[in-house]
Amino acid sequence: MTAFFHHFMYDFRTGLRDKSLLLMNYLFPLGFYVLMGLLMTGLNPTFAPTMIPAMILVAMMACTLLGLPNPVVESREAGIFRSFKINGVPALSIVTIPVLSSFVHIILVSIIITFTAGPFFKAGIPANWGYFVLILLLTAFTMASLGMLIGVVSPNSRAIVLFSQTIFLPSMILGGLMIPSNMLPTSLYRISLLLPTSYAMNAWRGLAFGMAPTFDPRWALLVLLSSGVIAFAMAIYLFNWDSKNQRSGHNPFLALLTLLPFVLGAILLGV
Amino acid sequence: MKDDVVLVKDFRKVYGDTVAVDGISFEVHHGEIFGLLGPNGAGKTTTMESLEGLRQPSSGSLRIFEVDPTRQPKSLHNMIGVQLQSSSLPGSMTPHEAMEFFCAYHQVTPRDDLLERLGLGDKKHSQFSALSTGLQRRLALALAIAHDPPVVLLDEPTAGLDVGSRVELHEVMREMRAKGTTIILATHDMAEAEKMTDRVAILLKGKIAATGSPTQLTATGNGLVKISVSSEAGSLLQNAGVFPAVSQQIIKDEYVIYYSHEAGETVPAILDSLKTQDDRLVDLRVERPSLEDRFLEITQPDLPNGGKS
Repeated sequence: MTAFFHHFMYDFRTGLRDKSLLLMNYLFPLGFYVLMGLLMTGLNPTFAPTMIPAMILVAMMACTLLGLPNPVVESREAGIFRSFKINGVPALSIVTIPVLSSFVHIILVSIIITFTAGPFFKAGIPANWGYFVLILLLTAFTMASLGMLIGVVSPNSRAIVLFSQTIFLPSMILGGLMIPSNMLPTSLYRISLLLPTSYAMNAWRGLAFGMAPTFDPRWALLVLLSSGVIAFAMAIYLFNWDSKNQRSGHNPFLALLTLLPFVLGAILLGV
Repeated sequence: MKDDVVLVKDFRKVYGDTVAVDGISFEVHHGEIFGLLGPNGAGKTTTMESLEGLRQPSSGSLRIFEVDPTRQPKSLHNMIGVQLQSSSLPGSMTPHEAMEFFCAYHQVTPRDDLLERLGLGDKKHSQFSALSTGLQRRLALALAIAHDPPVVLLDEPTAGLDVGSRVELHEVMREMRAKGTTIILATHDMAEAEKMTDRVAILLKGKIAATGSPTQLTATGNGLVKISVSSEAGSLLQNAGVFPAVSQQIIKDEYVIYYSHEAGETVPAILDSLKTQDDRLVDLRVERPSLEDRFLEITQPDLPNGGKS
């Protein structure tokens, strides 16, 4: 337990100490939040009621999809995981601890956004705080697991950019952050259901903010949970200590299983 | 044998079509420093990494205290301390954090005294990426021995170190040996191997080409003694002459170097020759074959004098 604690504390401190991680964990999402608060609330009247969850999702994606995978690939390529293995650091800790420390960074940023968006930008306040926190934790888990899985299966930094941006950019445009999903044309709405943010926004709208959901928010919770669990399990299963000694029989394409709940969601809920 | 700490038997490692290690066997006794020598690509690092549990043998067996490194990694990690060829820690980790981190996983108290002992006291709160190569290597050594393992594997530990750091590291190795720690040392530095190791194995193209103590190995070579002569008028440079027991001779800078089977016969003859030619001796050195000479003789047999110069 002491080892796990030391490892966690080190990883958490790295998230503050490392300049690129500090940027992704705090500076970019909080800067973007202030910018959106100043611009979007005036331009788009539908933005303010869901500004808090939208900005929390931006923070989550920056921390997990843009920030988390790179240190995983760098550590594997630099032989850091080999040192860890020799010294008895279990693979489970290497996968779990960055997910947990991302959780903490996300929660800290979420607290700042949640308690400043109302007074400064007249953002909508959650009607049901229990569901608000539950959806936040669940989405953070799913996003962090996806980020870790991207780090585990990416052979290099270029692949990280490709995989992360495949989720990040469409989520920013179609994921319900700026425009509610129900305002999208049918074809784009179906595509939006391939993105985790669409489910998180739908769940927050329906369960935490007392707004009309596009579909039953309980399905959204189920899709997020199942995808998060699959992504986390796959990250552990596909984890490699170093790029020179790949474990045989562990096909990285298995990572695509993580998208299965979203595909099913798009098929079943996109009608 | 009962005091064999490390046993390697018919170990073979293949990468695709390349045979990196081809059925080698050796054992390392309790409390000795065992050197693994060989040119680049000879299989040293593959052997070391297989003993560390990082690579799986294609066939054969490796055991450290009867523990299989590949199948029983959890049993292994408290038994061995490893300094990898390339120092590998996260760039933002400080030596103090690294010590806490690894000691926590080994379930021992952090050894800040080791950081002090290895000259990292002033730098223990500096980030790893800000340390010089020498300090990074020292830190790697401190972390390898912090949990007081009975077996330590050092892969090129002095690569990139200055003379002072080398001497310090050798002193630490001697202290470990005095405490009964078994050390496996992979190195390119023949002088280091000759000075520090009790026994060595010379690897060549994945096979063991020679094994034994440095003294035994040098004694079993061609036995040529190197006689270097420099004279005032350089008469030997113009006409190196024919002397008894000399098998080869070369000229290097202002020296004529003779390789002799019997220095007792060759040296008086050289001195007589100088006297005859009215020349005066400036320098004369008689050196027994070193481990490096023997190493070159084994690894580069096609070169003149086994590559000696």
